[in-house]
Amino acid sequence: MSALITHSLVKRFGGVLATDRVSLTVEPGELHAIIGPNGAGKSTLIGQLAGEIASDSGSVRILGTDVTHMPTHKRAQLGLARTYQVTQLAKEFTALDNVLLAVNARAAHNFRFWSNAHHDTAAMQKAKAALATVGMSHLHHAEVGTLAHGEQRQLEIAMALATAPKLLLLDEPLAGMSQGESSGIIALLQSLKGRYPMLLVEHDMEAVFALADRVSVLVYGRIIATDTPDRIRENAEVRAAYLGEEV
Amino acid sequence: MNDTKPSMLWPVAIRWRAPRTVVAVTIIALLAVLPMIASALESSYYVSFSTRILIYALASIGLNFILGFGGMVSLGHAMYVLLGAYAVAIPSSHGVTSGFIHVALAVGVCVPLAAGLGAVALRTSGIAFIMITLAFAQMLYFGAVSLKDYGGDDGLTIPARSTLGGLDLATNTTLYYVAFVTVLVALYLSWRAVLSPFGLVLRASRSNPRRATALGHPIFRYQLAAYVASAVVCAIAGVLLANLTLFASPAYGAWTLSGELIVIVILGGLGTVFGPVVGAIILLALEETLPTLVEATLPDYKSNWMLLLGLFIFFVALLLKRGVFGSLPASARSERAEP
Repeated sequence: MSALITHSLVKRFGGVLATDRVSLTVEPGELHAIIGPNGAGKSTLIGQLAGEIASDSGSVRILGTDVTHMPTHKRAQLGLARTYQVTQLAKEFTALDNVLLAVNARAAHNFRFWSNAHHDTAAMQKAKAALATVGMSHLHHAEVGTLAHGEQRQLEIAMALATAPKLLLLDEPLAGMSQGESSGIIALLQSLKGRYPMLLVEHDMEAVFALADRVSVLVYGRIIATDTPDRIRENAEVRAAYLGEEV
Repeated sequence: MNDTKPSMLWPVAIRWRAPRTVVAVTIIALLAVLPMIASALESSYYVSFSTRILIYALASIGLNFILGFGGMVSLGHAMYVLLGAYAVAIPSSHGVTSGFIHVALAVGVCVPLAAGLGAVALRTSGIAFIMITLAFAQMLYFGAVSLKDYGGDDGLTIPARSTLGGLDLATNTTLYYVAFVTVLVALYLSWRAVLSPFGLVLRASRSNPRRATALGHPIFRYQLAAYVASAVVCAIAGVLLANLTLFASPAYGAWTLSGELIVIVILGGLGTVFGPVVGAIILLALEETLPTLVEATLPDYKSNWMLLLGLFIFFVALLLKRGVFGSLPASARSERAEP
């Protein structure tokens, strides 16, 4: 069963077609990357998949379930986890509390008023494990506002992993990172490859061609090609539309 | 004294030497013995004045739960105080004096009302939420005005204080201690709730609602539950207020009182459990003493004392972003010196 199937997904903002009949799939264990110039509609597409932006037409299926009209939190409960292009964290929380919040999102409910959230040892262990996965064990008690940009990006990924996802949407995880920070995240994504189906939106071509099993090229809201990284590199239409001077 | 480890009673380790703990414990201790000091000084007025402070503190603890921890700015919480006051006044005017019935009525009406209003108001956020809560409070205010059988605009006096089992609320000191214990219970419950898994989601819904939702938390339910709990605390404050003043009027639901509660919460320190108590003490003490102070020093300007109060609030807002109590360190100096 495909982890993600979209069928002819459309989103209009006024007269602008931000998403133009997008059909794509993410297969089990696959890392499917989406590249495209600025304004191609990549973040809009991610928003539609996560449920933050309502689609005008078309459908989205996650792990076989039609989620086209499902609210964001229910999609997350199905196993969809995402990261944001612009970091979205609880700024006043510690790194560990952010991840704990993610772990607790998988609890049946959190209508528990009496016990201290930190005394739930099972949840705390999962939270610590997720922080360890991204190499942030030493920053448990750091307030998020005090973390470096690169660390905040890593925390985003730790939170997504802490929800025990069945599908990861990564919206430009390398945005605004230094060379050194980037290579750390690329290594991390490399290690996650195969364990989770992933849809990766990214500007960094080198990273995309190194990581992706398949690449889709999005231009003006439309997918103009989907293929293996090698073939995308050779595709004339893609080169003209986008890669021209970069490859 | 060293830190006390978490136990059945304490949800977290208590740092006894931290300035916040010292201040909170000192204030609670002073409040506990206040009626004895007042009776030694033979000034019973201070007992009823302090009861008023405790009642305002209680309502503010209720508001703080959603404002400080849930980020919901309700400019209509006085309506629940109004509701609580009328839950005493109306039955009393029919000869029903049982405090248990008054509280049951206040809570019984408050829960469905707050759940309904909250469910509508929480469809919005920010300015729209402020306006909707204000609008609901105004509706309830004019609803109370239209109760011609119950004094309408003028309100109605209550013949006697509620009866509460063996407690004689007619004694000012007893009413004081009932209010005091209620405040302690409210503080303790909100302390536990804030640290609980529920509180984690509630605080996240303030800090980053978008992220909390994307993780899979249905934050609307958490916000609504917190809103209802907060309203219930204010309704109980209303029951106590009616007992203190032996009077209920639409003015208890005036938007200015809602505003005052917000000022108390901010003055004390948003997002601290004990802040509302400090805020209520400061605001009411200033309201009480400033007029006399101004009259003694600048008799020509005695009607302008609120200008001084305004200046004080202005400077607290400007200089102490986290409020008076919130600006105190939460850990002891020795701990802070260590990395």
